[in-house]
Amino acid sequence: MQDLIKKANKQALENLQKAQPTLIGIGVALKDIPNMDKKTILHAGPPITWDNMSGPLKGAVIGGLIYEGLASNEAEARTLAASGEIKFEPCHHHNTVGPMAGVVTSSMPVWIIENKAFGNLAYCTLNEGLGKVLRYGAFSEEVIERLNWIEKTLAPVLTAALKLRGDIDLKSMIAQVVQMGDEGHNRNKAGTSLFIREMAPYIVLVDFSNEEKADVLKFMHSNDHFFLNLTMPACKAAIDPNANIKYSTIVSIMARNGTEFGIKVSGLGDRWFTAPAEIIDGLFFPGYDKEDANPDIGDSVITETTGIGGFAMATAPAIVQFVGGTPQDAIQYTTSMYEITEEESNAYKMPTMNFRGTPTGIDIQKVIETQILPIINTGIAHKDPGVGQVGAGIVRPPMKCFEDALEAFVELMASEGMID
Amino acid sequence: MNKINELFSKDLKVINMGLESFHKDLKSQDVDSIQMNWRPTAGGNEKMMALLARLKTKK
Amino acid sequence: MIKYDIRKNAYYDSVTLMLISKEIKTIDGVTEALVGMGTELNKELTVNLNLMTEQLNEISANDFYIAANVESEEVMTVVISTVDELLTKKKVESGSEYQPVSLNAALEMQPDANMVVVSIPGKYAEEEVNKLLDNDLNVMLFSDNVSIETELNLKQKAVDKGLLMMGPDCGTAIINGIPLAFANVVKKGNIGVVGASGTGTQEVTCLIDQMGAGVSQVIGTGGRDLKSEIGGLMMIQAMEALMADDSTDVIVLISKPPAPEVAEKILQLTKKTDKPVVVDFIGGDHSIIKSVGAYPCTTLEDAALKAVALSKGEVPEDFDGFAVENDVIDNIVTTGLSKMKPDQKYLRGLYTGGTLADEAMKMLGHTFGGIYSNIPLEPKYELKSLTELTGHVCLDLGEDQFTVGRPHPMIDPSTRSDRFVTDIDDEVAVVLVDVVLGYGSHLDPASEVATSIKAIRKNLAKKDKDIFVVASITGTVGDPQGLAESTQTLEEAGIIVMPSNAQAVRLVKAFMSKLSGGRYE
Repeated sequence: MQDLIKKANKQALENLQKAQPTLIGIGVALKDIPNMDKKTILHAGPPITWDNMSGPLKGAVIGGLIYEGLASNEAEARTLAASGEIKFEPCHHHNTVGPMAGVVTSSMPVWIIENKAFGNLAYCTLNEGLGKVLRYGAFSEEVIERLNWIEKTLAPVLTAALKLRGDIDLKSMIAQVVQMGDEGHNRNKAGTSLFIREMAPYIVLVDFSNEEKADVLKFMHSNDHFFLNLTMPACKAAIDPNANIKYSTIVSIMARNGTEFGIKVSGLGDRWFTAPAEIIDGLFFPGYDKEDANPDIGDSVITETTGIGGFAMATAPAIVQFVGGTPQDAIQYTTSMYEITEEESNAYKMPTMNFRGTPTGIDIQKVIETQILPIINTGIAHKDPGVGQVGAGIVRPPMKCFEDALEAFVELMASEGMID
Repeated sequence: MNKINELFSKDLKVINMGLESFHKDLKSQDVDSIQMNWRPTAGGNEKMMALLARLKTKK
Repeated sequence: MIKYDIRKNAYYDSVTLMLISKEIKTIDGVTEALVGMGTELNKELTVNLNLMTEQLNEISANDFYIAANVESEEVMTVVISTVDELLTKKKVESGSEYQPVSLNAALEMQPDANMVVVSIPGKYAEEEVNKLLDNDLNVMLFSDNVSIETELNLKQKAVDKGLLMMGPDCGTAIINGIPLAFANVVKKGNIGVVGASGTGTQEVTCLIDQMGAGVSQVIGTGGRDLKSEIGGLMMIQAMEALMADDSTDVIVLISKPPAPEVAEKILQLTKKTDKPVVVDFIGGDHSIIKSVGAYPCTTLEDAALKAVALSKGEVPEDFDGFAVENDVIDNIVTTGLSKMKPDQKYLRGLYTGGTLADEAMKMLGHTFGGIYSNIPLEPKYELKSLTELTGHVCLDLGEDQFTVGRPHPMIDPSTRSDRFVTDIDDEVAVVLVDVVLGYGSHLDPASEVATSIKAIRKNLAKKDKDIFVVASITGTVGDPQGLAESTQTLEEAGIIVMPSNAQAVRLVKAFMSKLSGGRYE
């Protein structure tokens, strides 16, 4: 049995290692995301019903409905959301990923990433910025206005600039940023800077007013996490070919919806294994504490799933200022991740780890054997909608997800007569 | 038996699995030793241990 | 009020937790406390300490808990933060080096590893040691509570692969000059030792060092190796290695008397080498040993002396006397007797080293009406109660009865310090102790003994009484505690320090025969 598992896992890793996530354009959710429609709202994490949604996710849904013109105020939005007319689906079921609440509605512009090694696509909205934004559950006029500006100005300018410039190789960009102090999840300053650098010469040339072009540049500059919405679909595109490899025990998805944490395992196909999401214990902004925190939320953990983010913490030692600990701790965390992963990335190398590649390909067997859970660097959302980020910290998935997955895997193998 | 005589001719390189005091004593004598953060397989959870074992059987 | 702190899936080793428990009990406002993993044993202890609660029944051996009887919530907060501090302190002291969880990660960090010292709970030992042997690693298995069947399987695998599997319950080894676990700093030389007993091996190697000679390799086999079920597998493996080792000119074997057929196998093997073999099957039959051309011994000291003589190419002689002239001994005895009152009649032997206690018992034999013990020579001298001692008593404080929920007395001398107080009553005349130095042992065992004895003698002085205290130190000048320093510490407390356990016992015997006025044989 182990031989079959090893072979399958090797395949999964091969797929990951040869991935070529590439930014090929910007689309619109309704047109480009598979099986999308006007009454569907995509969200982060495993499946969830309106009733079970936490504050930030509900707020984002409300904001999304108002933005789409399906409701004119909070009360209408709440009624509509609870009515059963709106379909709520995980982003992951549509080749999409979304940070924090991760709400995607039909009119939203989305990055289109192609994994050139396999031809599969992945999508993600453009990052709105920090503070009171939709993904933290805010739905004020300001939020809606910004979403409109993203739809009407940001996306068109960037689309045109991208057409001029051509495809952007995200793999090599991520390889650079992990040598510049980023880890691609909670620290994206270098990535955002590189992206602006790549795009600026072309933004300057497109057929929009100087004011609009300047606003676009200023907007990206003001948001250190702009690049996150590119690393996430890059990781998603890289790992999607692993969705269904028979006998593989490699994790293919990790995601949270603010209520539950869910994982999928390559050899178990589409099945979600969920458990209550953890409350993050980290560093809180002045005036906030653990009592204010929402449980873990967002698809951004797709970065850790493919070996960057918290797994690459050693390469982003400055992050400890936000999540707590020392740079030595950061190195120890990354070192411990090698114990639960199959290989080292052949592309993403970390100077502080003597240029070892990031720990890639989480094996559920190893997680259970060693009791070492994947380490995630994350922002902390306020549990009430619309307040925003209240801190950052380190969090782990619930062990139960892995235990249930292992049990299911063994049962499947037994039912197929592969083991006694 | 040859392996043991080989051991006698080499520098001792130790892995310490258990009481940390043994490792500390070795380090204080400049012996090449590493300390494991040992814990029982699957934290001793017998159900999980059994599941893992089933995947390791030869069929 | 009784308060709890339970942490699921947090693993800490038992010695660390026992030492932390001890610290916690000294906090103001704490009446009783237990810090431990949720093992059946700990739960039982918790019941005994009246700290039990329903909640603790839910937890498993992989969960960690603090149970404490405290004056107030605030005290409990201090308890919890102190525990955390001590656990973190342990982490910080470990330095910034990563501590791998899996064997694979350990082998990545230490690719040329050739020895693994294993001191995990016995029930996990089989799986782990099998993996180690599969990876061609030599093993020192310190853990006990490993079944004899497991021991046999592991040793057979080790023999097939030509590897060392020292143990289970192997506490002492010196490989390539490096003391492992409980071992001393012994000079390098040409004497190779294979020992089935920890403190026995320590005593012999320390005496070799004190006599100016040295050891090539000191290999432990664990206490059960020479039972018929195991058949001496590791002793034979080790002997063969020493026979082939160019740095070894003399071989010493130390063990309790083996099963007869195993003794036979081992002695036959000695014929296959030209190197002289000194055999100390403690208390066993000398004639069979002589018949194969090996050198039998009467005591551990005798074994060391013979080995040293042979290592220099000299003829070994039996030794069963003293290092000093007889009149010096007479003087010591007389002086000691002069301080005894008529009601002082009895012996208290309080040992931390099992083999040393065993040697004392065997040397004292059936004299003086019999010596009661927890390791008696005959069932009729088994102590009925460990709290109410009668007659002459000699205890091995490292035995299971004394180490439930407490670290071994070589690590934590307080077990013996407590016994000094409870076991030395007005009728005691003689106290006999061992002081074991070296790595693994307490920071300063001599001071612990000296402090206890000083206190006792102070009390007795008020009644115009005294006791006769004899000790031997199993240690070397190279040991962290220092042989000379330890000797001085003991002597300053009025303790007579003899050069070996054998001589200490002989002195005690001489004293007691004079004391009883020849009443006993």
